[in-house]
Amino acid sequence: MRLDEKYLNGLMIAGLLALPLWAVMADQPFTITLVTRAVILALAAVGLNIVLGIGGMVSFGHAVFFGIGGYAMGILAFHAQTYTALELGLFTTDGTKFMPVIWLVAMITSGLVAFFIGLLSLRTSGVYFIMITLAFGQMFFYFAISWAQYGGEDGLSIYVRNDFPGLNTLIPIQFYAICFTLLCVVLFLFARLQASPFGLALNAARQAGTRVETVGLNPMRLKLLAFVISGAITGLAGALFADLNRFVSPTMFSWQLSGELIVLIIIGGVGRLMGPVIGACVFVALEHFLGELTDFWHVYLGVILLCIVLFGRGGLIGLLTGKEGAHV
Amino acid sequence: MSSILIIEQILNGLQFGVMLFLMAAGLTLIFGVMGLINLAHGSLYMIGAFAAAAVAGVTGSFLLALIAALAAAALAGAIVEMVVIRRLYSAPHLDQVLATFALILIFSEGTRWLFGSFPLFLDIPDALSGPVTLPGGIEYPFYRLTLIGIGLAVAVGLWALIERTRLGIQIRAGENDREMIAALGVDISKLYTLVFALGAALAGLAGALVGAIQSVQVGMGEPVLILAFVVIVIGGIGSVRGALIGALLVGLTDTLGGVFLPELFKLFMENGAAQKTGSALASMGIYVLMGLVLIWRPTGLFGARA
Amino acid sequence: MSDPVLATLNLNKSFGALKATDNVSIDLKPGEIHAIIGPNGAGKSTLIQQICGGLRPDSGQVLLCGQDVSGHSTQARAQAGLGRTFQISQLCMEDTVLENAILGAMGAEGLAWRFWQPALKRPELRDRAEAALERVGLSDDRDICCANLSHGQRRQLEVAVALTLSPRVFVMDEPMAGLGAGGSKRLTGFLDGLRVEAPILLVEHDMDAVFALADRISVLVYGKVIATGTADEIRASTEVRDAYLGDAA
Repeated sequence: MRLDEKYLNGLMIAGLLALPLWAVMADQPFTITLVTRAVILALAAVGLNIVLGIGGMVSFGHAVFFGIGGYAMGILAFHAQTYTALELGLFTTDGTKFMPVIWLVAMITSGLVAFFIGLLSLRTSGVYFIMITLAFGQMFFYFAISWAQYGGEDGLSIYVRNDFPGLNTLIPIQFYAICFTLLCVVLFLFARLQASPFGLALNAARQAGTRVETVGLNPMRLKLLAFVISGAITGLAGALFADLNRFVSPTMFSWQLSGELIVLIIIGGVGRLMGPVIGACVFVALEHFLGELTDFWHVYLGVILLCIVLFGRGGLIGLLTGKEGAHV
Repeated sequence: MSSILIIEQILNGLQFGVMLFLMAAGLTLIFGVMGLINLAHGSLYMIGAFAAAAVAGVTGSFLLALIAALAAAALAGAIVEMVVIRRLYSAPHLDQVLATFALILIFSEGTRWLFGSFPLFLDIPDALSGPVTLPGGIEYPFYRLTLIGIGLAVAVGLWALIERTRLGIQIRAGENDREMIAALGVDISKLYTLVFALGAALAGLAGALVGAIQSVQVGMGEPVLILAFVVIVIGGIGSVRGALIGALLVGLTDTLGGVFLPELFKLFMENGAAQKTGSALASMGIYVLMGLVLIWRPTGLFGARA
Repeated sequence: MSDPVLATLNLNKSFGALKATDNVSIDLKPGEIHAIIGPNGAGKSTLIQQICGGLRPDSGQVLLCGQDVSGHSTQARAQAGLGRTFQISQLCMEDTVLENAILGAMGAEGLAWRFWQPALKRPELRDRAEAALERVGLSDDRDICCANLSHGQRRQLEVAVALTLSPRVFVMDEPMAGLGAGGSKRLTGFLDGLRVEAPILLVEHDMDAVFALADRISVLVYGKVIATGTADEIRASTEVRDAYLGDAA
């Protein structure tokens, strides 16, 4: 039986609403934390999906933006909680514990960094692009490690979760509500973007770059803007992830994380609206359940991944709806 | 700062560079001939190091350990090529990245399962331990000097292999025109397995040699792998000569930057801050180098195609 | 005599020792179809690429409506009114026929930087795209995924995308390639009517089509234009016969 993709998407959203509510009633706060983790990883991967799924750019460095988002939260909250001034050259601030401001800073900073990384990496394509984005990821990783002021290798702990007006963010389900709402908003924006003229042109730039030039559009600029938007979204996810763990460390910049974000999309379905969401849920579930069974669950993840690459294109959505994923 | 220290650091940079070259040469050959981006190359480095540590632990012979490293990595490379990699040659880069990423997970966890999470140690053989005195009265570890020698010897050997042998002709032909060499009657799948195993053996050799000055542990291959990527991006993908130049540039930049940048900042900052800023920037040095090369030449110093 | 819409002036391009374009000066006047013919390897594709911006000439100029565009990018030339079709279809295979045409309409209307309203629901894009599809006879297939089109339909779509641009000049690289006799004949009829909208620089192997359509024909051999003239003149030229038609016949 083939499922309509719309129903599948609806089912997914309903599940993400129902499962945490059930967990509240059954008094299973750990389940809520797991689902929150999945939702935040999904958000990061939705960002990557713009670049990878629509634009066809295999960015192996998206952990950069995840990490920048995390450190934006870490640094702002650290100064606010320790009452120390944060000097930013021209002006000084006391930091903030207010989530919306943290998100904005996370998105702007990661968007800006994405602009410069994109400007350099998009001069190249194919394997060069993959390797260069990977290398930029390492550059930030090592920078974070040597940044002693903010914990260096050990990272930075934030003792209290940041504030959101009207909510008590320390209660798992309330923090989950924030993350879930943000994911829905971003998914909605993704769907609009994908169908918009910009999305159509970006999608065309992936499939036939020469064609896009021949109708008078500049594929490079399309891709650069996509990279910036994508970086900003992944940065937002990074800020939430840091708030979830109340901890940031250089591992948020690690190349494994960049790889895992790609894996999430592949598991779910490349270029599909809900691909990253399904991928993230499956990934977190595997991590949890296989992790309980064996210390070596990454072996199984590796085998599953190999099978998906060698035998099945289109991910789970492809499997369930009979549609192929975008070709990258 | 004395000239002795400077020469010592230059030698350290060269030693790091030639080890990177062993990794980068295999990667760039595999990409040049088969068009494959192989993330699992770092795992082969790790396999070499573990094989060497295990054999040295049992036999106590460093030479046997090196032979084991070469053999284990080449064998692992050949098997992986035949089972997985050859299905990926015509696949999109994304598939290659994912499949070889999966291989990293399998190799890393498999090694952890076999050897545990604790690092192993590989001792420098007695004959090579201790310092030697270089002309000018500089004392330098004999083992590190040997590594530079081995690295340069491999570079010369690879050059001879590619320029002077039948296999080399086939490899060069494979870079230019795959159908052509098939038409010439070369068994292409055998050639590919051979090239892959050769690259793997070089990575395994590097792992074993470096394993004696660092600890041997799971995950040791990936940081080196990514540096090797930087090397071949700088040198130009597919070019062995580019890999050598790139590796030496990266090795020297990394080593010298770590030592001299803090010193440079001390000229106009107070000591503690200079140390911090200097080492933070030094860790980014090679990526800045890569960025500059890319602005100048998007396909690297010796690269022809993207 | 009116000024040419498109012209090349002493264009040269070498790859190493091979002279792919040798001092080529051709022009295209309003309302005409100018065909470029020549044996394989004569440098036709190289010439087209230099005209459209994919390759930079070593020396010489490309003039579009009197303006020197030699240094311009492909997209700048497209914006200046150059509509191109490809020898090997350059289409978005995962997209529908309509989406491919909309892409052209977006280029023409300069509407790629819109992020909210769906592209398929913007009337100005849709009207332009559907009008072009209508003209090549693909209206009924607008929702078919491009990958499922027949070869002939893809050729039609190539032309339709160029039409959405309302260009001042068409550059068509073997539009008949791979079409059957019937398809070839239909397209010939269509191009015949198109020349009044914008002149066509036509690179084509199908000699029936070339002799039926072309007001002028230029023969390219080893990168050099060896003759330019009407169909009859070209047929009569012994030079052409020796160099090209002779060994083709």
